Amino acid sequence: MKKIQAFLFSQKIAPYVFILPFIVSLSFFWIYPMYSTINMSFHNIGNGYSEYIGLANYEKLLGDKVFHIAVRNSVIYTIFTLIILIPIPMLCAFLLNSKSVVGKRIYKSIIYLPALVSVVVAGILFRYMFSEMDSGLMNQILQFFGLESKQWLKNWGTGMFALLLLATWRWTGVNTLYFEAGLSSIDEVLYESAKVDGASAWQRFWHITLPLLKPTRIYVTTISIYAGLAMFLESFMIYGSNNSPKNIGLTIVGYLYRRGIEKNDLGYASAVGLVLLIVALSISMVYLLSSGMFKKEDK
Amino acid sequence: MSKNNTNPNNNSLSNSSLDIRKGNKGGKNPLVKTFINGFFIILCASVAVPFISGLFASFRPGQMLIRNGLNLNLDFENWSLVNYSYLFDGSTGYLDWYKNSLIITIVSVILTLIICYFVAYGFAMYHFKFKNLLFFLVIATMMVPFEILMLPLYKQMISFGLIDTYAGVILPGLVHASTIFFFRQYLSGIPKELLDAGRIDGSSEYGICVRIVMPISKPAFSAMAILSSMGAWNSMLWPLIVLRSAEKFTLPIGLNTLLTPYGNNYDVLVAGSIFSILPLFILYLIFNKYFVEGMTAGAVKG
Repeated sequence: MKKIQAFLFSQKIAPYVFILPFIVSLSFFWIYPMYSTINMSFHNIGNGYSEYIGLANYEKLLGDKVFHIAVRNSVIYTIFTLIILIPIPMLCAFLLNSKSVVGKRIYKSIIYLPALVSVVVAGILFRYMFSEMDSGLMNQILQFFGLESKQWLKNWGTGMFALLLLATWRWTGVNTLYFEAGLSSIDEVLYESAKVDGASAWQRFWHITLPLLKPTRIYVTTISIYAGLAMFLESFMIYGSNNSPKNIGLTIVGYLYRRGIEKNDLGYASAVGLVLLIVALSISMVYLLSSGMFKKEDK
Repeated sequence: MSKNNTNPNNNSLSNSSLDIRKGNKGGKNPLVKTFINGFFIILCASVAVPFISGLFASFRPGQMLIRNGLNLNLDFENWSLVNYSYLFDGSTGYLDWYKNSLIITIVSVILTLIICYFVAYGFAMYHFKFKNLLFFLVIATMMVPFEILMLPLYKQMISFGLIDTYAGVILPGLVHASTIFFFRQYLSGIPKELLDAGRIDGSSEYGICVRIVMPISKPAFSAMAILSSMGAWNSMLWPLIVLRSAEKFTLPIGLNTLLTPYGNNYDVLVAGSIFSILPLFILYLIFNKYFVEGMTAGAVKG
């Protein structure tokens, strides 16, 4: 007994005891499910039976029009969130750092507020702001500019706009915080010496600020790619369910949920999930490689 | 657009450094000041609009939400607090959902913090075999979206008999990679001499971890406590899959059930949504600093 205790308390064994929970949880809730997803994607699974069908699920995905709609929606959504949610927060962070700003803390606190709200609450608010009634907020704005009311959530373009506005509302504050933290880690001395050397404001921005913000930009871009491609609940809430007219709000994960949870077709849904994983991993890898991320790590 | 907007900023940046070095007081351009502050005031106002229109709608009868949507109309004749009284008089499951969310959040935050702290301590303080491989796996789990694992996890929960239980909701999320990452980052800044001093004093490895290092890690605990409460309180997808019976629902899924086209509980929908934000808003007001620290730790060092 004493021997066991001495063994467990030795400096050699202690680290393994510390990380034991991670290993247990990793095996149960990550490695096994990973294996299981891959395995299921090669099977046709129904109530009480499971039959190996090789790559048939993947072949079926290639010709599945609904899946194509889902991929298209997810990719377009991701591209637009990148276009919106990198430059605007970066700009906000620059402006926040300026000495001319009077209430920096207050501005920062307010633009962060939407991130506290669950996607359910955010979705409910936006669903009814985009009401097709004339008295919905978005239609009131259109009318203010002399335009006709729209049936926002019945058309692809306007529905996508609603989803993007929701994302912009929720994440501008968070991304601004990221960039603001990145900015404040840049040494003020760099600007001073650049100025002594006669660099203009624009040159200082272009040659100091932008390059030194690169790690932050890479981080924000990577998490945005993941969040964008895996988007589901936003659409689920705005459309009130996983079913939107003509699938205008269907995303890859929405399709996975529909097949796997709603229709209990686990094999096919697993194939959908793996396609998502491969797409997300390869896009982020290509991005990280092209931005020279790994070169820096190696040195 | 970007050119117009960055120039004033850079002007002011140069002003700021002038301020420091020469005490130049007249350097601030009032036009730039008006422009930048105007920009932020408009931005903050637009951020507030959904909240305010939701707050307004929470005072109106639920039928008006369906008929009119959300807007900023000041139609005071329709306003009352009756929706909020529905939340508390027990005619809906709302209070149960609130209680369930509180229980799940508190339990999972406490367990997550303790476990992740221990795991991170192991990674930060020791050298051991397979350490790099294992830490690579911590990172790898962050690269796989949860959505992909949710079907097999769902199957697993069925076979463990954990469907419709809180354990089923809490267990898969307990060991959380980014929390481990954050703690490890914090702990690697602590000098190892402290551990040796503890060993000389006769503390065991676990004693050092709990009695010496844990107390000085309080800032890291605070930041992570806030962040994981936010995650647990707002978590929707996994509880939606695991929980079945209405009396076990958490706030997000409870509110979601009110959204059905056949529902007649629209009175509760918006008032309940608004009221569900309250705990996090209060935490945010008190612990603003830790929110920012916890959020941005990954971005700067990552």
